[in-house]
Amino acid sequence: MVDTVRTEPAPPRGRPPLRSIVIWTLVAVVGAVAWGVVALTRGEEISALWLLAAALGSYAIAYRFYARFIARRVLKVDDTRATPAETLRNDTDYQPTDRRVLFGHHFAAIAGAGPLVGPVLAAQMGYLPGTLWIVVGVIFAGAVQDMVVLFFSMRRNGKSLGQMAREEIGLVGGVAALIGVFTIMIILLAVLALVVVNALAHSAWGTFSIAMTIPIALFMGFYLRTMRPGRVIETSIIGVGLLLLAIVGGGWVQDSSWADTFTLSPESLVLALVIYGFVASVLPVWMLLAPRDYLSTFMKIGTIILLAVGLLLARPVLQNEALTDFASSGDGPVFAGSLFPFVFITIACGALSGFHALIASGTTPKLIEKESQVRMIGYGGMLMESFVAISALIAASVIDPGLYYAMNAPAGFLGDSLESASQAVAGLGFAITPDQLAAAAAAVEESTLVARTGGAPTLAVGMSQIFTDGFGAGGQAFWYHFAIMFEALFILTTVDAGTRVGRFMLQDTLGNVWKPMRDVSWKPGLWVTSALVVGAWGYFLYAGVTDPLGGINQLFPLFGIANQLLAAIALTVATTILVKSGRLKWAWVTGIPLLWDAAVTLTASWQKVFSDDPTLGFFAQRDRFSEALDNGEILPPARSLEDMEQVVTNSTVDGVLAAFFALLVVIIIADAARVCIQALRNPSSVSTTEAPYVRSAIVAPSGLIPTRAERELMAAAARGERDGDG
Amino acid sequence: MSAALAAVGRAAAGMWWYLREVSGETAYDRYVEHCRRHDAAARVLSRREFERRRQDDRDRSPQQRCC
Repeated sequence: MVDTVRTEPAPPRGRPPLRSIVIWTLVAVVGAVAWGVVALTRGEEISALWLLAAALGSYAIAYRFYARFIARRVLKVDDTRATPAETLRNDTDYQPTDRRVLFGHHFAAIAGAGPLVGPVLAAQMGYLPGTLWIVVGVIFAGAVQDMVVLFFSMRRNGKSLGQMAREEIGLVGGVAALIGVFTIMIILLAVLALVVVNALAHSAWGTFSIAMTIPIALFMGFYLRTMRPGRVIETSIIGVGLLLLAIVGGGWVQDSSWADTFTLSPESLVLALVIYGFVASVLPVWMLLAPRDYLSTFMKIGTIILLAVGLLLARPVLQNEALTDFASSGDGPVFAGSLFPFVFITIACGALSGFHALIASGTTPKLIEKESQVRMIGYGGMLMESFVAISALIAASVIDPGLYYAMNAPAGFLGDSLESASQAVAGLGFAITPDQLAAAAAAVEESTLVARTGGAPTLAVGMSQIFTDGFGAGGQAFWYHFAIMFEALFILTTVDAGTRVGRFMLQDTLGNVWKPMRDVSWKPGLWVTSALVVGAWGYFLYAGVTDPLGGINQLFPLFGIANQLLAAIALTVATTILVKSGRLKWAWVTGIPLLWDAAVTLTASWQKVFSDDPTLGFFAQRDRFSEALDNGEILPPARSLEDMEQVVTNSTVDGVLAAFFALLVVIIIADAARVCIQALRNPSSVSTTEAPYVRSAIVAPSGLIPTRAERELMAAAARGERDGDG
Repeated sequence: MSAALAAVGRAAAGMWWYLREVSGETAYDRYVEHCRRHDAAARVLSRREFERRRQDDRDRSPQQRCC
């Protein structure tokens, strides 16, 4: 064994070598020049590569300096201290895992459709606000949150965010956090499912390809279970091959007599998704969820790499404006409200995503080998997701703005024909002719692209342009459906996994009241809770699909508010821990992002609840439509009295939810402030919640590439192990 | 030339190692090693039994996937 070899504390800080000074000065110069070009260019088109350079330069500097500062000074990571993976090692939940492997797992768990959808919608304000928020937000808020929560959970043997909230803040904070997590998940699932429905509605090609993922996943499940247990790579390669075949096959189906079978209305797609969600939640994991997870992970990583390479090869020029008029007027068609706070709500994942706090306090802290690795896995993983968000923003900004608005404005606003859509877009101050709209749809072999809201189709059009230009092969229709497939695939994986997690949470909570519920394999309990979870997101999904005002337009802000609320909870817990552990002077590291996030969330909720503007405030909207309804009038875009009633119901529900989310934030922050003040007044009353110190026997590097000192230590450890065995 | 080939070989081996680790294919090898280290005489599950148990464990602890 390696008992004789210890990891030594980091060597004392000296002057950095000249080489390092030169390299980092160069990185800073490149980043600064790129930012200059991005921010100062007006009235002429700029290359998307400037955005990438500005982002990558900033990430590199933030990772090298700010993340290191947080790890060393604020968190005081200690590599002589054993992590729970070492102290509680059982080779299932707790297991020291190679940092590069764990990075892959962590990234696969945090990255989904969020960073792809939000930036596409936020492109309505121009590319500049989104880019700034994605880069600045991730550096000072998102990546900090992920890393700090990961660290605190790791120091507490992998406790969940809810458990930490309860221990650090108290019962009120804990319960609020639990309710917050559950409601957010429901809204999240509904919005993501809505993105899929909008992408697949009336598209035989898309619907066929996605439908085929179910038999493909089932086949992979049985193959892995019975024929080749554990051969994941082989199974995934077969699966990806079948998947590509399904994309190509979709084109054939679209031109065949089967086309009608797979051309579904949004309402039938909702029904199909709800049934699918229920079945997926009830079936054993190996049959559907696990193989689908492998597929979507492979597709996700592959497509992200493809997109990065495609951008470098195609070097597209941005067609979007830097800053549109909608940023200040607040009356954009994609989502209502002005730049502050709504850009920061719309782009959640990619800049700051509260949901990550659940992953960072889930499996990852139980697998981490060395404390200092929280920087690479927590901070680095989030930087990578931010890069995905920037790529999505670029993809949405390289398409013609006229087409962008024709695709993303609500159907009620655009009308039924290409002519009416063209006129509506002209009314916004952009131009696209009916012929151009028809040509754009024909290029991707879709019947129409008008009002294909939700972000996925827009991203797919942008990606198909980049891929066709960059690789000069495949054809735009193939790449469009490839991109749709890629997004829908991992949205469905999130829906599967999320429904199941929601079911477990519900079973656990109901189990407190009625014991049998707690047994997660008790069939009736499993069916009832699955149905409740599916019913909850299914309700919002159906309301969104049939909303005359456009579901994405109405629901996406709620999703953003909910996600940022979760971030507020996570940052509150982190700040409280910093204060309680005597690190008040560093509390600003999570405190400032918390203040910012609270300002954003509360302003957005305030406007959504109290604004007099019926396009912005849910209750103003409700009043306007219910008054008209009382007079028997029908206000466009509603077309019937039922539409009118539906708007009234939806805006009431949405308004109540927005108010409820804001109330939760206020309760948690107030409760945490009370705890912090108490801790500051009477420091001796605070007892630590950390697991006790145990000396580590593991030797492992902190970063991606081992330093010379780390190499020597590892070599010594390996020699020690050989001698010990011999 | 042979140095370049060796470098390509190392890169490919590294990729293969990474894929196997990330996809969890090595879990069984690690389990066998774990068993041997603790008790050389203990019965070791076959790969089929082991993978089946690992899959069924996932039924009880769902993994969150983010947005």
